[in-house]
Amino acid sequence: MRDVAIIGIGMNKWGELWNDSLRDMYVDAAVDAIKDSGVDHIDGMYVGSMTPGLFVGQEHLGSLLADYLGIRNLPCTRVESACASGGLAIKSAYLEIASGHSDIVIAGGVEKMTDCSGDQATYALATAADQEYEVFHGATFPGLYAMMARRHMHDYGTTREQLAHVAVKNHKNGAKNPKAQYPFEVTMEGVMTSVMVADPLRILDCSPITDGAACAVLADMETAKKFCKKPLVKITGFGHATDRIAMHTRDSITRLDATAVAGERAFKMAGRKPEDIQLAEVHDCFTIAEIMVIEDLGFFEKGKGGTAAESGETHIGGRIPINTSGGLKSKGHPVGATGVAQAYEMVTQLRGDAGDRQVQGAKVGLTHNMGGSGGSTVVHIMEVV
Amino acid sequence: MFPSRIWRDSPQRYRLEAVKCSKEGHVYFPPRRVAPGTLDGSTLEPYKLPDNGTIYTYTIIEVPPSQFKDEAPYVVGIIELSDGTKIMCQITDCEPDKLEVGQAVKLEFRRIQTHGEHGVLSYGYKAVPAIPGITTV
Repeated sequence: MRDVAIIGIGMNKWGELWNDSLRDMYVDAAVDAIKDSGVDHIDGMYVGSMTPGLFVGQEHLGSLLADYLGIRNLPCTRVESACASGGLAIKSAYLEIASGHSDIVIAGGVEKMTDCSGDQATYALATAADQEYEVFHGATFPGLYAMMARRHMHDYGTTREQLAHVAVKNHKNGAKNPKAQYPFEVTMEGVMTSVMVADPLRILDCSPITDGAACAVLADMETAKKFCKKPLVKITGFGHATDRIAMHTRDSITRLDATAVAGERAFKMAGRKPEDIQLAEVHDCFTIAEIMVIEDLGFFEKGKGGTAAESGETHIGGRIPINTSGGLKSKGHPVGATGVAQAYEMVTQLRGDAGDRQVQGAKVGLTHNMGGSGGSTVVHIMEVV
Repeated sequence: MFPSRIWRDSPQRYRLEAVKCSKEGHVYFPPRRVAPGTLDGSTLEPYKLPDNGTIYTYTIIEVPPSQFKDEAPYVVGIIELSDGTKIMCQITDCEPDKLEVGQAVKLEFRRIQTHGEHGVLSYGYKAVPAIPGITTV
């Protein structure tokens, strides 16, 4: 298997984008990534998108996006793993290059979530849960994570304030990210008094509904050195795992098993340990998710994740900065695009291009992209070479 | 929603029918075709879940999906049944603010929701706080 690097990145400014269609957003991100990479051709493309069929009534996305990108006959595959679709696109592109079949492949992600009503969007997102044994009974996504939060509080003493600290930190980072949907800070009081969505989670514990796209150009090291004039960011490991979808069928709802296993696989492949990771982008679809993920990836002892944002350890300048981009919370969460946007932030950081939110001396980072209530996870470890 | 889809799950929703592995003793709800890790379903035998248990976790849904709009706020939780099996359902006939993890509940047969423009009714289980001293048959 050949080594693979990310040599180009692109994403549009995320938000509620009435002027931009799904195809236009994607083309903007892909063109930026191709220009950033310096390559003169593309061999293939993987697009992560959770459910364009439900959000905008469009399937057959691979062909549509290759067509509008203007690359005739490009082999293109849409991949789906709910909110982890973007991470899966990167893994798929990686494998196509590592196998030797292709040299230069785009991994992209896109979701257009505001062309439908809030009810329709809620329905579309809920298809990532068990329709017959969770959604049937009235569970919503915030509701599923709220149930995890309540049990985490019960088992480990995690507090409502500690959840709020995650939102405050991520908005503080996102305020410095020009691509973020909500680039502003929020206060503890603001989070704690925001509208209740699913007790104990409030609206400022939740990632938003977002239109957005992100793309990365991947290449083998030889091709990468030929075209890319910027620091090369090598993918040194990945891990991919699934878990039971319905939460009541899991052994534990305070441990994200797919996250733990995907993390172990990525660390093993990269020859790294959690303590080698200098910064991470993790899937904070809800504040409790970030707390559980940083425990299950091994950055914090189980049950101690709640103290991380409160103590400053996960802030920029802390022991291990988490979600320097603002995370899903502030940057936005166009579900299929999120995993690729995490790579966008990681490459930006590892190149030293992150400006006001730069983690000094960042050489080794991790991205963690999770589907549904943890039913799938893709982790990548990236290192600048 | 086609009625066949609702009808298909009636053994689980009406009668709490699960399967139990005669080898490992593990209970699976909903039933599975094969026991995990074996590719074999011959060890899975019909098993009826108990209808009493305790609240393992819960949430109060304030922002509901459209078909539950008239019911919000309502409580959804995971119940740990007396045999250790867990099940997700609504917790009803309660004061949501006074619920606690560990509280005793029992499952009852209730209407869950109305599907689509034809208003197909679907029924199933909901949990209600157990009344001390009263046991169900």
